[in-house]
Amino acid sequence: MSTTSAPLTSTPPIAPGAPAATKAKRKLTSPWASLIAVVIAVLWTLPTFGLAISSLRPERQIKTTGWWTFFTDPQVTLDNYREVLDVENGEGLGSFFVNSFVITIPSVLIPLCLASLAAYAFAWIRFRGRDLLFIVIFALQIVPIQVTLIPLLTLYVDAGIAGQFWTLWLSHSTFALPLAIFLLHNFMKEIPAGLLEAARVDGAGHVQIFFKVLLPLLTPALAAFGIFQFLWVWNDLLVALTFAGGGPDTAPITVALANLSGTRGTAWHLLSAGAFVSIIVPVAIFLLLQRYFVRGLLAGGLKG
Amino acid sequence: MSLRATRTRTAVASAGVLGLTLALAACGGGSDSDDTSANAPKTDCSQFSQYGDLKGKTVTVFTGIVTPEDKAYTDSYKPFEECTGVTIKYEGDKSFETQVLVRAKAGNAPDIAIVPQPGLLAQLVATGNAKEAPAEVAANVDKFWGKDWKAYGTVDGKFYAAPSGASIKSLVWYSPKEFKDNGYQVPKTLDELYALSDKIAASGKKPWCAGISSGEATGWPVTDWMEDMMLRLNGPETYDKWVKHEIPFNSPESAAALDEAGKILKNDKYVNGGLGDVKSIATTTFQDAGLPILDGTCSLHRQASFYAANWPKNTKVAEDGDVFAFYLPGKDTSSKPLLGGGEFNLAFADRPEVKAFQTYLSTDTWANIKVSVSQGWVSANKGLDASKLTSPVDKLAAQLLQDQNAVFRFDGSDMMPGAVGSNAFWKQSTSWITGQSTKQTVDNIEAAWPK
Repeated sequence: MSTTSAPLTSTPPIAPGAPAATKAKRKLTSPWASLIAVVIAVLWTLPTFGLAISSLRPERQIKTTGWWTFFTDPQVTLDNYREVLDVENGEGLGSFFVNSFVITIPSVLIPLCLASLAAYAFAWIRFRGRDLLFIVIFALQIVPIQVTLIPLLTLYVDAGIAGQFWTLWLSHSTFALPLAIFLLHNFMKEIPAGLLEAARVDGAGHVQIFFKVLLPLLTPALAAFGIFQFLWVWNDLLVALTFAGGGPDTAPITVALANLSGTRGTAWHLLSAGAFVSIIVPVAIFLLLQRYFVRGLLAGGLKG
Repeated sequence: MSLRATRTRTAVASAGVLGLTLALAACGGGSDSDDTSANAPKTDCSQFSQYGDLKGKTVTVFTGIVTPEDKAYTDSYKPFEECTGVTIKYEGDKSFETQVLVRAKAGNAPDIAIVPQPGLLAQLVATGNAKEAPAEVAANVDKFWGKDWKAYGTVDGKFYAAPSGASIKSLVWYSPKEFKDNGYQVPKTLDELYALSDKIAASGKKPWCAGISSGEATGWPVTDWMEDMMLRLNGPETYDKWVKHEIPFNSPESAAALDEAGKILKNDKYVNGGLGDVKSIATTTFQDAGLPILDGTCSLHRQASFYAANWPKNTKVAEDGDVFAFYLPGKDTSSKPLLGGGEFNLAFADRPEVKAFQTYLSTDTWANIKVSVSQGWVSANKGLDASKLTSPVDKLAAQLLQDQNAVFRFDGSDMMPGAVGSNAFWKQSTSWITGQSTKQTVDNIEAAWPK
């Protein structure tokens, strides 16, 4: 774990014979590798940086010159943010921000709970037709969500929940489940059978095995998928647009952002500020949970 | 490494932002944006008594009109809400045109949709969920709108939707000051317009500026040019046939109209003032294309009335201001073809409160309340009191719309099938600007017409 938890930007081939850790360390601290990493990091962050500067510039400046002119002619204003957040005269993104949370949190928790239980069953409980069922679920991933939109909406209308948060929670959970089950199943399969057998010998049933043995080992995998799902749902526009509509009661921040530039696109100077309000949460989540993110990507849960 | 670097950068950036925030806070000075629509009209409930008591009822409105124009709509509903007790739920979404179809198909349609195109209206009616307009609405439309407008709200002989707002596309933006200083006259016929262009060109300046870039929709301003010329050269009857494809797109009339637009758009002496040569039309966004008028490097720019909102904030848009518009003249002074667009209120429910609201929207009362709370909005409603309009461009548009001699025609590309009106027509027009011949262009569009 310790050898691989370092950077993804450069993974040098490890020569046989040499101690891998030393070798890797030497390779990674090479000035060239560092330089390349810095260059990539700068290139990668540059557009976001430009967006950040744009969001602080006055309207006329945004519309007439590029953000780099900021360095020769620095003019700073918070008007864009004020206009985007102000409830009275502005766009009032705040309530959409709250909507986004209300939509996202259940949409992450529901598939995580269901998928971990289902994955356990597929991995460790023997029942007839298990493999077939698993293949069917896995195959569901290839169904493009676009073809499901109108039939799903019809179902929601018939069920009388159209325009409520339920439609979004259910839709996001449905779309997430195939991949979630597949990923968690693979993590679980990697756990040595001996561990489960030992638990069973000690008298543990399925429930106890799941909660006491597997769940602690699964934490990184759950966290990794949770972050993925969080980012997907937070950034989703299509599902929200179709099921929640543009009303201020249920619409998430992405819908508000899409409408921010005005009917004829004349208010696009607000977009950079609006985008920054919207990305605060994904960035915070990522920075807080990045440890799990990398670990979950790399490890099969064996070392937790 | 990259992660660590990000974290450091974030820290630096947030420290920077914090510093800036503090500096700004020190400067203080709350520059609140001016709130033009705060003065809601006084409510006189007597004119709403016919709608009865609708307390506790809700009507949902779905539209593509979003901020900042949406506020005027919700403000104009307020007197109705206050007097009848009904709640109007307004929902604006820029992707209205696709979403409303999805919802109508899934049975989740709004009570009222404000539809901006007759073509989309027909599609929505075809879903089978739309409701015919009640008799009161039809009576109001007969009273306040011309036959041409009613026809656009009619599908298969049944009248569905009353017109709402209207916009005028046959306008040419110019600088009144430049015209005054040089003794130019606002042209009254197409020939006078060409004479004026020649005169400006002779002074060493390129008279026209144009731009057609608009993301996926690049090319649409050319379609407006061509439609305007089609109306002027061949008259409204031929125009209708052309839109309905009763005459082919590569007919001689159609080619002549495009050539007429080419007299200006593809003339190196005329374009592209302040922006470059003919080809620069394709790369200039339509929003920026008229701005050289303010710099004095361009004199004439043909664009719809909504372009008024596109001038920078401190520009005076008036007959004696920095910029203003004149009517793109007809072939002679007697004909006044008017190209424009508009919205229609289509209902998907026939509950009493929906009917009442629909009726309210078709009255002169609503039109007058709406103009008193908004900027840049007019209606072809004949009951509209033009003196209530504050913006000079709106006044001009209302005058043109209410002119008895004016023949209004809806933007043709909005009514053609999607494969042409929002695809081939745009793309081929763009190729035409960048050098493709007129014949090739109209042939290609004709070939794209769904069989």
